[in-house]
Amino acid sequence: MKRFWSFYLLWLALFLTIVGGRALAVSPPQVGGALPDFDLAVPKDAAEKNYLGLSRGLPLFGKETFKIQQIKADVVILEIFSMYCPHCQAEAPRVNDLYAKIDKNPSLRGKIKIIGIGIGNNVYEVETFKKKYKIPFPLFTDEDFSLHKKFGEVRTPYFIVIRNYPKGSYRIVYSQLGAFGEVDQFLSQVIKLTGIK
Amino acid sequence: MKRYICGFSLFFAVAALSFFNAPTAYSISDVYKGNIYNPGILKPVDSVLKVKIGDVAPDFTLKAVSGETISLKDYRDRKNVVLSFVPAAWTPVCSDQWPGYNIVKDLFDQNDAILLGISVDNLPTLFSWTNHMGVLWFPVLSDFYPHGAVASSLGILRSDGMAERALFIIDKQGIIRYIYVRDINIRPPLDVIIKELEKLKEAS
Repeated sequence: MKRFWSFYLLWLALFLTIVGGRALAVSPPQVGGALPDFDLAVPKDAAEKNYLGLSRGLPLFGKETFKIQQIKADVVILEIFSMYCPHCQAEAPRVNDLYAKIDKNPSLRGKIKIIGIGIGNNVYEVETFKKKYKIPFPLFTDEDFSLHKKFGEVRTPYFIVIRNYPKGSYRIVYSQLGAFGEVDQFLSQVIKLTGIK
Repeated sequence: MKRYICGFSLFFAVAALSFFNAPTAYSISDVYKGNIYNPGILKPVDSVLKVKIGDVAPDFTLKAVSGETISLKDYRDRKNVVLSFVPAAWTPVCSDQWPGYNIVKDLFDQNDAILLGISVDNLPTLFSWTNHMGVLWFPVLSDFYPHGAVASSLGILRSDGMAERALFIIDKQGIIRYIYVRDINIRPPLDVIIKELEKLKEAS
């Protein structure tokens, strides 16, 4: 009988670890779903801080990190990239173009903001990418892949569009692997999906 | 007996847990789609170096994907040489390593350096793999036959026939000035290479 219980426990342990392990595997954020809980470091650069609207406000006073929902914008476009990823390199000029089109349009400027997270990239690597492609929006590091794990280990580039509402509520309206395609078309899609303007 | 079985079940539980939740410290570019083979977590280092800093680097001649034949001595008195060995084509960390070097040609140029990418894979494999990385500015060499001979001469050929994820920096006099052989599962940071090259330049 003792032997029966020991075997039973052995199989139970195996079953639980396998099933439990699988259940812990994170899937990428879904449209209409929740973002993983994470913080980003407030940029040191004043212009970047300003762009994100993190310069003022009591909730941020003295804090060194922020959440996406705290970015002062109706819409945040998040690009998950890596300096080492050929498609991200190829996509960089197009994302810059998207930034420029938003910046030039008075009805969009300040409403849609773009940030990037460099998966497995350290500060030097993210800076190298930024310099190489003259990227005008803030880039953050995820050197130890901890954010990558929270985002379900997506391949890169991966784009997520978040519609921010007052009081920290939000809705994910776009979550997709790969290049976003033609810039104007993507921008129209973002406007349509988020209902801004 | 009971204690034995309990110990056994604990062992299995831990083994299963670590297998299914193994850390995957790499990213995969979408460029490779579903074509990356994941060997899992490997023994960090599985070889013993045969060279040290200050030694003359053993010369070699290897074929490049471009069709050229390249010898280390071709760069003597002309360029500092960075050898970047990767373990295998079509694996996670390696696939996201050389494409990063591909956007920093200017940093190599500024430091009078050439990069040579080396793998023990054969040329056809290296050809189709590196085609996904865009147009590479540096030669990619095959150390396939005799298998891993160059890797072996440096002491970085693993018992499974792959090379370590290693970096060697060799100055214009052919002297090894820097060696990086650490965890095969982790990509060396880019700044490691650039800082060493800058040091070389300052010293010259």
